[in-house]
Amino acid sequence: MRIPLSWIREYTQFPAEGTAEDLMAELVKVGLEEEDVHRPTDSLSGPIVVGEVLEKLPEPQSNGKTINWCQVRVVPEGTAQTLTHEGIDPSGVQGIVCGAHNFEVGDKVVVTLPGAVLPGDFRIAARKTYGHVSAGMIASVRELGIGEDHDGILVLSTLGLDPEPGTDAMELLGLYDSAAELNVTPDRGYAFSLRGIAREYSHATGTPFTDPAAEIKTAQDDDAARPGHEVTLTDDTPIYGVQGCSRFVTHKVTGINPAAPTPPWMAARLRLAGMRSISIAVDVSNYVMLELGQPNHCYDAAKLDGGIEVRRATAGEKLTTLDEKVRTLNPEDLVIADQSGPIGIAGVMGGARTEVDSTTSTVIVEAAHFDPISISRSKRRHKLPSEASKRFERGVDPLLPPLAAQRVVDLLVELAGGTDSGDVTDAGAPVLPEPIRLERTLPEKLTGVAYTQEQIRSTLEAIGAELHEDGEHLLVTPPSWRPDLTIPAALVEEIARLVGYDQIPSRLPVPPAGRGLTASQQRRRSVYAGMAAAGFTEVLSYPFYSEAANTRFGQAEDTGKPMPMLRLANPIASQHPALRTTVLPGLLEALRRNVSRGFIDVALFEAGSVFHPKSPLGSPSIPDLGVYPGEEVLAGLDAGIPDQPLHIAAALSGAEAAELPGVPGRRRDWADAVDAAQKVADLLRVELEVVQGRHQAFHPGRTAELRFNGERVGHAGELHPKVIEELDLPARTAVMELDLSALIHGAPEQISAEPISTFPPTTQDVSLIVAADLPAAALQATLVEGAGELLESIELFDVYSGEHIEAGQKSLAFALRFRAEDRTLTAEEASEARAGAVALAQQRHGAVQR
Amino acid sequence: MSTPETPHPLDESAIDHAVQQAVDAFAAARDLEELKAARLAHTGDKAPLVLANRQIGSLDKTEKAAAGKLLGGARGKMQKALAARTTVLEVEHAERILVEETVDVTAAHRRRPLGARHPLSVLQERVSDVFIAMGWEIAEGPEVESEWFNFDALNIAPDHPSREMQDTFFVEPPEAHLVLRTHTSPVQIRSLLTRELPVYVLCPGKTFRTDELDATHTPVFHQFEGLAVDKGLTMADLKGTLEHFARQMFGPDAAIRLRPSYFPFTEPSAELDVWHAQAKGGPRWVEWGGCGMMNPAVLRAAGVDPEEYTGFAFGMGIERTLMFRNGVPDMRDMIEGDIRFSQHFGMEV
Repeated sequence: MRIPLSWIREYTQFPAEGTAEDLMAELVKVGLEEEDVHRPTDSLSGPIVVGEVLEKLPEPQSNGKTINWCQVRVVPEGTAQTLTHEGIDPSGVQGIVCGAHNFEVGDKVVVTLPGAVLPGDFRIAARKTYGHVSAGMIASVRELGIGEDHDGILVLSTLGLDPEPGTDAMELLGLYDSAAELNVTPDRGYAFSLRGIAREYSHATGTPFTDPAAEIKTAQDDDAARPGHEVTLTDDTPIYGVQGCSRFVTHKVTGINPAAPTPPWMAARLRLAGMRSISIAVDVSNYVMLELGQPNHCYDAAKLDGGIEVRRATAGEKLTTLDEKVRTLNPEDLVIADQSGPIGIAGVMGGARTEVDSTTSTVIVEAAHFDPISISRSKRRHKLPSEASKRFERGVDPLLPPLAAQRVVDLLVELAGGTDSGDVTDAGAPVLPEPIRLERTLPEKLTGVAYTQEQIRSTLEAIGAELHEDGEHLLVTPPSWRPDLTIPAALVEEIARLVGYDQIPSRLPVPPAGRGLTASQQRRRSVYAGMAAAGFTEVLSYPFYSEAANTRFGQAEDTGKPMPMLRLANPIASQHPALRTTVLPGLLEALRRNVSRGFIDVALFEAGSVFHPKSPLGSPSIPDLGVYPGEEVLAGLDAGIPDQPLHIAAALSGAEAAELPGVPGRRRDWADAVDAAQKVADLLRVELEVVQGRHQAFHPGRTAELRFNGERVGHAGELHPKVIEELDLPARTAVMELDLSALIHGAPEQISAEPISTFPPTTQDVSLIVAADLPAAALQATLVEGAGELLESIELFDVYSGEHIEAGQKSLAFALRFRAEDRTLTAEEASEARAGAVALAQQRHGAVQR
Repeated sequence: MSTPETPHPLDESAIDHAVQQAVDAFAAARDLEELKAARLAHTGDKAPLVLANRQIGSLDKTEKAAAGKLLGGARGKMQKALAARTTVLEVEHAERILVEETVDVTAAHRRRPLGARHPLSVLQERVSDVFIAMGWEIAEGPEVESEWFNFDALNIAPDHPSREMQDTFFVEPPEAHLVLRTHTSPVQIRSLLTRELPVYVLCPGKTFRTDELDATHTPVFHQFEGLAVDKGLTMADLKGTLEHFARQMFGPDAAIRLRPSYFPFTEPSAELDVWHAQAKGGPRWVEWGGCGMMNPAVLRAAGVDPEEYTGFAFGMGIERTLMFRNGVPDMRDMIEGDIRFSQHFGMEV
């Protein structure tokens, strides 16, 4: 909401020298946040004065244009120029070249004299042009920044003005005024008006204010009212049982001059408030809306076909709105209709058929009260946010309609020569806020401030509430303009904000002793910290993917079924409609971005939720607002929430460390990805089983499937060369992804110590020749089993095939380390255990010692 | 080198001469190699005194004893000199090796460079730790959430304009009433539903709104919200908690300011400003988040009796906090995953 300062001063004691910033500083105390300042003088400065055209000599030019060489008097006749600036003629008459033709000798115009600055940092100076020295400019509204019209210069008589030459045109056009723009929270519809802001200024400063609504004298006041236009209100399908229109006032004004100029002060205020000046009828309507907060509408009475009906639209009904768009109405839309059909979407936008135009003489002014929810839905349905809908959906004072209609009529009488017919219809009745029982101790109970009963009473009265004593309670009837005040806590907020939030003391509450982080939270932290310490940089990417990315990098395609995934109904980018089932694509995009910025040796990790569909998904209905739905309903809601396990993924490219003197950089490969997965497992103290695997995004021969407790929990290895090429990644980029939730879930709750043997170990090696396709891990597991309890550790240290090894076979060499808890092992004991390992390998895999 | 004459085993001056020659030779050895050669020359099989010793056998008994004593003494002197020289040269040798092994330490490089946490993650943990230290607990919930938890339970009516304040991602099909949570507030409801009262929880996590990515907006961002529900809690407790928290995040000079505002889930409601003493361009108030006393409708929806319990809640954005606390100029830096951004912070924030 933009508040022109000249306007707020009419109703408050805001000082004459106060700035927009001063106004905002006061209003922020009562909860109106500052947004912006609109000050024409920030981009416009004088001297800009009224001039009288004394001479206008058309001079055709060789380029086909005709310019006018004008003599313009910029001081009152018979006086001398008092302004001094290079190019300002002491005689008070300026020679000016003007390209426009829409004026005559004798017209009063706006002259920007040398030294003036116009919007866009356009500096005015005397300059040579078309063979003359043009000492200033005759300005158009667009050049002054006060309108769009650039067809000609501004002739002041068209605004109904005939000022003395030399008059300050900036003053005349209201250009010294400025506006404060405030952010109004959605609960306070009344603050979308000068009336509401004036009240808030009074609250913020404790100074008195005038309610502009109280100044309006209606015809009803003097009993002169006569029945007006026929109006019927019907609503067979109210939303949530609330009638779409509770009150509808019409007021007829006759004999207006639709071409009457809008006075500059009104145009200036509308402009500062963010609205264009259009015509006297529209401008007056908007002005009253800004002043009082009551949207209203002017119909051309001659175009109305019979009585007005407020009703729901019928299916398929059409309406051409003021913006010349044909809109198909929904049966839930509340419409204003005459006997020929709809003439407006209630509270949203009027129709073109009954619009006031240049031939209008009699105007029916409408001011009504509509159901906020109905208006809000129509606005959204037709994507028509308007100044009217903004106010209606936040709640408008139901007592305003007759006052606002009267105010519009009064202004049309005053400014457009109309006559108040006194024909007024007031259909329906205002729905007023219900009284609230406020426990006297509640304000202190919620804020910690021991307000006096006097403070409570005076603040509530200041906001316009009526109070009645009711024992331990105060019976508080909120003012008609505060439909948001429905619960006692809302009244407490009013008391607290008027007395000041700065009065609230500070106290640190003491919760019961806490348990700290949960085991799962602790484990996640150690995994992330461990991965970072191991050289991986964490990234946080978006979970919005193409379906193809999920299908390629998600679950391995061994099911033969299409990858199930969740989709968004309203994605930001239509090519990324799916929620991720894998973290890899986002991670690889980050990798590619780093590569393109010149970093090849990159190790990244990301942990985040992935999303899996379920059936049934969600819940067909949701429980009501503000009511405990009961355990069964809640269990139903939870049952429909999709599974969202936490995944962790890593991607590695390039070398582990950059090549340096004497130290070659080690290229990363598939094994680094497996190692990264193992790191995660080690950090959680769980065992991963690594088996040869397959995954469509991975190199078919360099893919490890990772299992935990027999279940597949992820993959690690080198990306498929095709994928690397398509995504433009460094060769041999390796990745891993794990279901972190599963690992954390299976991690030991507590780790028991194991005895540490202080006896020396015995180490023996064994080389075995086995079939080339036997996985090393399988042979190792057999050796561990065969070696028995004395085996402390085993490590694969050589893989060999080639000379001396038959084709189809390979040699694997392991270092076995034996140790006993209670004695020093003899060589014989170690050899025996080793022999046991070899024997089992022989039996199970046909392994032969080399 | 001419072979020295073998001295007669009883010729004392010749023996002394040989000893002296040996001692001189040892002393002249410049390293352990030369000392070894000198040792072989003067104590080896062909050394004069060794050869002289062999002649003892041919002497008579009385002469044998005298010669033995004479030669034994000579050997002792020689060994002593050899041992002394060996010690000196060994020390020299060890020192020389150390000198030879000198490297240019400035050429050392990072063998396995440290990675980095994302500063948003670190900040989130830092915030959590402040509240854990006060006895609060960290609560979490799903990112794809039921509309009821995200809106209705929080007193955000289906047609209320505030529901538009947050442009929401809906999961297909919309009839399933699932959304990407627009704030972490649904976790507050879940906490009240599942925990014993009193409840003091902080809910950090990822949140989603349909904003295009630019310097100050991102469709995916992080929040932390706090909720306390207990008997006798007031806005004073809210203020005290926020003040303590602000000091942990911005130093002992930090202050907070509450301004009246509106949220459907709190009443009274407030905007929270923090006095940022280290702000670029000088100390100033910075908008930090929203807060207020729990709206009774929200407590009721979560099965809590608002007559018996009151509560407060607050919420801030982690991105925004990082931006003004750590001077991050552009939201995109946090999203793109450029390693330089996170590595600049390392494991800290």
